[in-house]
Amino acid sequence: MNWVNSLLGSNIGRKLVMALTGLFLISFLFVHLSGNFLLLSNDAGAKFNAYSRFMSTAGIIRVLEIVLVAGFLIHIYTAVVLTRKNASRRPGGYAAGNKTPGVSWFSKNMGLTGSLILVFLILHLRTFYFEYHYGTIRQVYYQEQSQGEMATKVKLTVLEEGQIPPSGVDVYKDMAYIAHEAFQSPLYIIAYTIAFILLGAHLIHGFQSAFQTLGFEHKKYSPLISALSWIIGVGVPLGFTIIPVLMKLLNPLYANQ
Amino acid sequence: MENVLDAKIPEGPLAEKWSKHKFGLKLVNPANKRKYDVIVVGSGLAGASAAASLAELGYNVKCFTFHDSPRRAHSIAAQGGINAAKNYQNDGDSVYRLFYDTIKGGDFRAREANVYRLAEVSVNIIDQCVAQGVPFAREYGGLLANRSFGGAQVSRTFYARGQTGQQLLLGAYSALSRQIAAGKVKMYTRTEMLDTVLVDGQARGIVTRNLVTGAIESHAAHAVLLCTGGYGNVFFLSTNAMNCNVTAAWRAHKRGAYFANPCFTQIHPTCIPVSGHYQSKLTLMSESLRNDGRIWVPKTKEDAELIRQGKKSPLDLKEDERDYFLERKYPSFGNLVPRDVGSRNAKYMCDEGRGVGSTGLAVYMDFSDAIKRDGESVISAKYGNLFEMYETITGENPYKVPMRIFPAVHYTMGGLWVDYNLMTTVPGLYALGEANFSDHGANRLGASALMQGLADGYFVIPYTLGDYLATIGPAKVTTDHPAFKQVEQEVSEHISKIMAINGTKTVDEIHRQLGLIMWDYCGMSRTAEGLEKARMEIQKLKNLFWTDLKVLGTHTEMNQTLEKAMRLWDFLELGALMVEDALTRNESCGGHFREEYQTPDGEAERNDDDFAFVSAWKWEGPDKTQTLVKENLQFENVKLSKRSYK
Amino acid sequence: MKLTLKIWRQKSTDTEGRLVDYVVDKISEDMSFLEMLDVLNEDLIKKGEDPVTFDHDCREGICGTCSLYINGRPHGPTRITTCQLHMRTFKDGETITIEPWRAKAFPVVKDLMVNRSSFDRIIQAGGYVSVNTGSARDANETPIGKEIADEAFNSATCIACGACVAACKNASAMLFVGAKISQLAMLPQGQPERKRRAEAMVAQMDAEGFGACSNTMACVAECPKSISMANIVSLNREYIGAKLTSNQV
Repeated sequence: MNWVNSLLGSNIGRKLVMALTGLFLISFLFVHLSGNFLLLSNDAGAKFNAYSRFMSTAGIIRVLEIVLVAGFLIHIYTAVVLTRKNASRRPGGYAAGNKTPGVSWFSKNMGLTGSLILVFLILHLRTFYFEYHYGTIRQVYYQEQSQGEMATKVKLTVLEEGQIPPSGVDVYKDMAYIAHEAFQSPLYIIAYTIAFILLGAHLIHGFQSAFQTLGFEHKKYSPLISALSWIIGVGVPLGFTIIPVLMKLLNPLYANQ
Repeated sequence: MENVLDAKIPEGPLAEKWSKHKFGLKLVNPANKRKYDVIVVGSGLAGASAAASLAELGYNVKCFTFHDSPRRAHSIAAQGGINAAKNYQNDGDSVYRLFYDTIKGGDFRAREANVYRLAEVSVNIIDQCVAQGVPFAREYGGLLANRSFGGAQVSRTFYARGQTGQQLLLGAYSALSRQIAAGKVKMYTRTEMLDTVLVDGQARGIVTRNLVTGAIESHAAHAVLLCTGGYGNVFFLSTNAMNCNVTAAWRAHKRGAYFANPCFTQIHPTCIPVSGHYQSKLTLMSESLRNDGRIWVPKTKEDAELIRQGKKSPLDLKEDERDYFLERKYPSFGNLVPRDVGSRNAKYMCDEGRGVGSTGLAVYMDFSDAIKRDGESVISAKYGNLFEMYETITGENPYKVPMRIFPAVHYTMGGLWVDYNLMTTVPGLYALGEANFSDHGANRLGASALMQGLADGYFVIPYTLGDYLATIGPAKVTTDHPAFKQVEQEVSEHISKIMAINGTKTVDEIHRQLGLIMWDYCGMSRTAEGLEKARMEIQKLKNLFWTDLKVLGTHTEMNQTLEKAMRLWDFLELGALMVEDALTRNESCGGHFREEYQTPDGEAERNDDDFAFVSAWKWEGPDKTQTLVKENLQFENVKLSKRSYK
Repeated sequence: MKLTLKIWRQKSTDTEGRLVDYVVDKISEDMSFLEMLDVLNEDLIKKGEDPVTFDHDCREGICGTCSLYINGRPHGPTRITTCQLHMRTFKDGETITIEPWRAKAFPVVKDLMVNRSSFDRIIQAGGYVSVNTGSARDANETPIGKEIADEAFNSATCIACGACVAACKNASAMLFVGAKISQLAMLPQGQPERKRRAEAMVAQMDAEGFGACSNTMACVAECPKSISMANIVSLNREYIGAKLTSNQV
């Protein structure tokens, strides 16, 4: 296994780890984003809460969660190791700085954007993840009510303390409400938006850089990857931030309540 | 006869000499090779190829360069290509034709047997370089491409865009690197050779200066190979790199190695002209430009004067106001005449007052007809990088305005005299590549320098050196030998003497003056009168050197001024010898043009009856006239003819 | 032109250095940058001051010796070697800061001169085809398509000046190493030693103390020989591929 050590201990090996974990984390972002879109459905959070419960309890997801946490930790740990090593490669620096033109700001500041994203991530986990698992979240159940010929309406009932729900209904922890509450604060929306702009900056470089590290380069396809990295870097944050904005402005969840 | 040198040319028919000779050479037993140490000075094409090849055979090699890396040697700057008699193009090339062209191009002042061997091994060089991964230009089918170069009638030149020298050197450097990694070559960088050490009349080592610490050190071996390039920088301005110098060869000369044909200097016709007094070096524009560029000056002095003052542009001159002087004088070769002829004619135009540019020392090379004929894209594909380089340096766009070019010192055919085995007159001391004199006669053909450097290093010395080593046996001399201490002391004294002058003139000031003297009197055309004058002027400069030179700092640290000062002194002594050599050669041949010896229409007039010999000079001591020793050239296979390019 | 120069002066590797101000006058715009430094040095010698030590040789952009970090960029404001840089690029009265390449793997020798022998050692680790002199077969028995030959040539034009390292925020040598690895990986001659070469050269590169690649492409932006990013990508591919599939355990 000497070769594994030598691969993972090499500069290229460390970059390989960054690339693989980075791409994995990007895949998680897509899952997360698609779930978040449920916050826009006009059902008082029924779908979103069901999704939250699945994500928090399903066995396969719990296993994947461990992998995800490991992915984050390895990504962060390797980044710290690389950054520290890289910083020691030019003791003293240049008096005149570096003025090479055409070098993207994103590529030079992955450490900065990554660190700030980490700060946000911790806050985010505090607001949602810990709240779900360890906090006191109101419990709700949903009942369908028919409204005329075609339409049905989902009726939300909040479970009072000690109240026993009617038989045959599923009780959910109301994560949708937590999100709804959080996004009532413009300050929170701004912080959330900034965090996703940083994430976008991280992705614009990170996505294409990962492919370069993996050795993928082709005259035909590399421009596509580079375009894709912009689409992802702009699209993912846009998707994430448009949800709270719409929630604040249009109140989609509870419009029918 | 005592005063005639024996080149040890093997007997037999020309085409069989090398094969027979190789068979006759003694071999060192493979198990014994590790008992021999060889010093290689220089890491250019000749040095790197020799060091690598000898290490592959099993010898212990020590290789020295004053550069920070062996890959920086000036072979790297050769642009055009490398000749080889492969006849891949089916256009009638052969070993014999390459041999003949080279002998004729050298104006019949080279040794037949050497040149034939050069042509013979040229084919192996290409094979070797391709095997190393040298990316030569190729055709779509995947086979090697060739071009015709320097006016040759066949396409035998292999090339890697305009960077052939770089690619060949990197090939040799990679072979050298492999041997360094294998521990068979010990590489000394930033280390300059300052003297040769002889023990019992045999070269047994060198004394060097560590350029970073200033330490004077000795290195012992069974043989010493000098692969230290040419001495064009005696002219101060040349296309050579700034650090090219004659020191290693010259110090060896002063220890008994004869110096041959020092006055044979090649002036390349297509260089970017001097722009001011601060000029530090000249840049060559590849000769291939002459395939499409038409060379001209204004027909009248008046137009030339107006152009010089900036009152007229070359574009204002109509076709009939221009003098395409090479096409006019040499209708069959036109702009593709050999380098010496092209250079001299440019000089004549400027002497007549028809030169252009602010200094009047330039002629035009015009691509407008080629652009009209083939389109700008075709010309750009062929010469784009050269045009860019020209624009970077001059600030002018050669697609719009004709290029200005002027001849510049480019290559020195002269060098240490060597016999057929590449050994100098000092046993155990060899000279390879441009550092020797052997293959180019009085003028070198384009794409032949790379060929010679690699031929010497890859395919000649590995055979001939073994013969010598087998003869002397493996017994070692160490650097504890008093001869080393003696030379170390002499080197140290020389350095101390220079450091102690403490005058007012900088090294470059004196070097510039030497360069001007050499250029004016010992350059493209020479006269007895001018040479006599140069002799006096150089003597004055030599005195100035020892009385008024200023070198700051100490000799025990990195001191670039001291390095240059030591090289300058050797150039001063060499310059004096070049003048003597030019004075004694009362004929015109190749790069050596004596105005007294020309045909009525101004062409060089060779004198085969009296001068078909190599002039080898023997050092007799400081301030003593050197003795001329001749090697008579025997031409058994070619008929001495007059070079005509009309 | 009159210019103020801020030049890094350092007596030797082990001593501290600092920026020193100099003024040069009557500089022609047709001078090369190094000729401007020649003028400064002539002045300094005349004044009895120690001239500035800097590496240079061919002065035509091919030997790779010159190595000045000018106004925040290796080789100065244009993408050519320092020796090709001419003073017409600068304005009268300008202040120019001149520093040596800075990298842990390129220690300063004196003033603006650095030691780049780490590059040589990387090549020695495997940047060659193991073919002894005389053992080659006829050159045309190994056909190589023109496109491949041209690409290999593009990689082979690296002059080992070190501008890539000087420009990189991590002082990484990936472009230099990548150029050699991809040249030989593209050619049939390089195949037998392909994996061994990639593993050995990368190991040496890391051992010399060069940083990792952040794919910022500053090296590519500064390379005077236009070595492309594809070389770094190819190096990644060659190395990872070699590590995963070679017989070296």
